[in-house]
Amino acid sequence: MTTTTFSDDFFQRLQTVRDCLVHRALPPVTVILGLLIVWQILCSREGAHLPTPVAVVQETWELIIHPFYDHGGNDVGMGWQILASLKRVAYGYSLAVIAGVSLGVLVGISTWAMRGLDPVFQVLRTVPPLAWLPIALAGFQNNNPSAIFVIFITAIWPIIINTSVGVRQIPMDYRNVARVIRLNGWEYFHRIMLPAAAPYIFSGLRIGIGLSWLAIVAAEMLIGGVGIGFFIWDAWNASLISDIVLALVYVGIVGFILDRIVARIGQQLTRGVTV
Amino acid sequence: MSSHYLSIEGLNKVFRKGKDVTDVLRNVNLHVDQGEYVSIIGHSGCGKSTVLNIIAGLIEPSTGCVILDRKEVTHPGPDRAVVFQNHSLLPWLTVYENVHLAVKKTFQGIKSRAEMRAWTEHNLELVNMGHALRKIPSEISGGMKQRVGIARALAMEPKVLLLDEPFGALDALTRAHLQDEVMRIHNELGNTVIMITHDVDEAVLLSDRIVMMTNGPAATIGEILTIDIPHPRDRVAMADHPKFNEYRAAVLRFLYDRSTLGGKGAADGDSAARDQRDPDASPEDTENNKKIIPLSRIA
Ligand SMILES: Nc1ncnc2c1ncn2[C@@H]1O[C@H](COP(=O)(O)OP(=O)(O)OP(=O)(O)O)[C@@H](O)[C@H]1O
Ligand SMILES: [Mg+2]
Repeated sequence: MTTTTFSDDFFQRLQTVRDCLVHRALPPVTVILGLLIVWQILCSREGAHLPTPVAVVQETWELIIHPFYDHGGNDVGMGWQILASLKRVAYGYSLAVIAGVSLGVLVGISTWAMRGLDPVFQVLRTVPPLAWLPIALAGFQNNNPSAIFVIFITAIWPIIINTSVGVRQIPMDYRNVARVIRLNGWEYFHRIMLPAAAPYIFSGLRIGIGLSWLAIVAAEMLIGGVGIGFFIWDAWNASLISDIVLALVYVGIVGFILDRIVARIGQQLTRGVTV
Repeated sequence: MSSHYLSIEGLNKVFRKGKDVTDVLRNVNLHVDQGEYVSIIGHSGCGKSTVLNIIAGLIEPSTGCVILDRKEVTHPGPDRAVVFQNHSLLPWLTVYENVHLAVKKTFQGIKSRAEMRAWTEHNLELVNMGHALRKIPSEISGGMKQRVGIARALAMEPKVLLLDEPFGALDALTRAHLQDEVMRIHNELGNTVIMITHDVDEAVLLSDRIVMMTNGPAATIGEILTIDIPHPRDRVAMADHPKFNEYRAAVLRFLYDRSTLGGKGAADGDSAARDQRDPDASPEDTENNKKIIPLSRIA
């Protein structure tokens, strides 16, 4: 009798796992497989200019299995390339978070600052990231800070704008509570303002990280050195199309993970309160 | 200087926005003794919240002043704790933290950390919320939020407790529970309370005096009704109390007389008495006064 219950239980669990797989994993796997097959067929034809997925894996196999080799100079593994790009993003984005949240708070609480700064922001934020690069190069006379600056200037606008909207919409009730219990300026800032605006701030941070990752690849193509952007450019010059395809896959996956991380942190800090 | 605990003297309030001038309050005078429970009742938009917010110090009067315990009110402060109509708990703090923040600010340097913790818990237990300390506001019901709001206000040991329609958004049963709790707490602690309400029964049940405001604009106090029924009061016994029904009818009559909808039935004292038994009334009643259906809720 007990064995039947045990196996019943076991099969029940197996079934839930299977259901989960079927509902969650099956659709994306099917779609990806389908796309790969279409790609394989299209690129197998006579005179195709792009490699098939099978060829990509074959040609980049060395890169895939040795992500962290180091032969000096630019000749390092994909892992190092990605990390170099991530490091630039980390610097530029962190600066953008600090400056963006501060300016957003200022614009949010001061009508004067909003009237003065908002038009400036609205114009500057439409400038494409790469258009800043020559100015940055002229100013810094150095590649690395210029790339970091491009990340900074790309990520900062959505952070400023979302933060200021978040600060402006703090309900009168919370302010009244703060006044009745007599919170001072600093207490008001970190007890009421930041948490009340947090859902907005985090939606700005999420847009910002996405844009940063978009901009770094483009910026690195132009500045050279180690980094996934220049890796792609270099591969193009050497006609290593398969390397480019592999790099694009990595760029996509890393971008996805960055977005998820920021979203998750936001969820944790705001206790699931969303905009 | 008056001998009363709380005095509202010659209060006028005009809101200005550009060329728009709204004359909200004109010459409001009220004196409240320590430990008194005063309700303010009046039609929507007449300026009840404005009066309460001026007492709280959240709005400045145009002229006139509020004197509490021989000091003029100029700023908001924990000695005039407010329970806001929509509870106003901070959604990112737990139930405990919401109350504790107010306790910390009020008793900094007076109570020790352990005392503050105990005091926070004590006040939450007073409103029967001791079981949900670690919950956040979105995880508890509307009535529970309102109770936490009351606990937060009580925990500040205010000289005056200001309640702005504290039970407005609640179902009848929860409302009755909370009214009983507030009655019990008032009997135990003897604090001075000013409560805005739209509910005539609630006003009569809880109050020592009911302040009835005239319609805006330029609203003022129309009548003050003293409820001469000893505390503690029992809601079930009160239903059959002759005085209770008398008071109730008096408030209804006042509101009805002022009602812009009525007028016809106002002269007819009998209609108020009828409505008081069954506000939703009989078919012939609704025929006569088409728009005056739930009288007790007209305010
Ligand atoms: N900040 C403001 N600026 C201009 N007018 C205001 C302002 N606050 C309130 N009023 C006006 O003052 C009047 C009284 O408002 P108040 O909120 O005090 O009414 P109330 O009696 O509390 O109404 P209710 O019962 O609906 O809550 C209303 O006509 C309202 O439009
Ligand atoms: Mg009101």
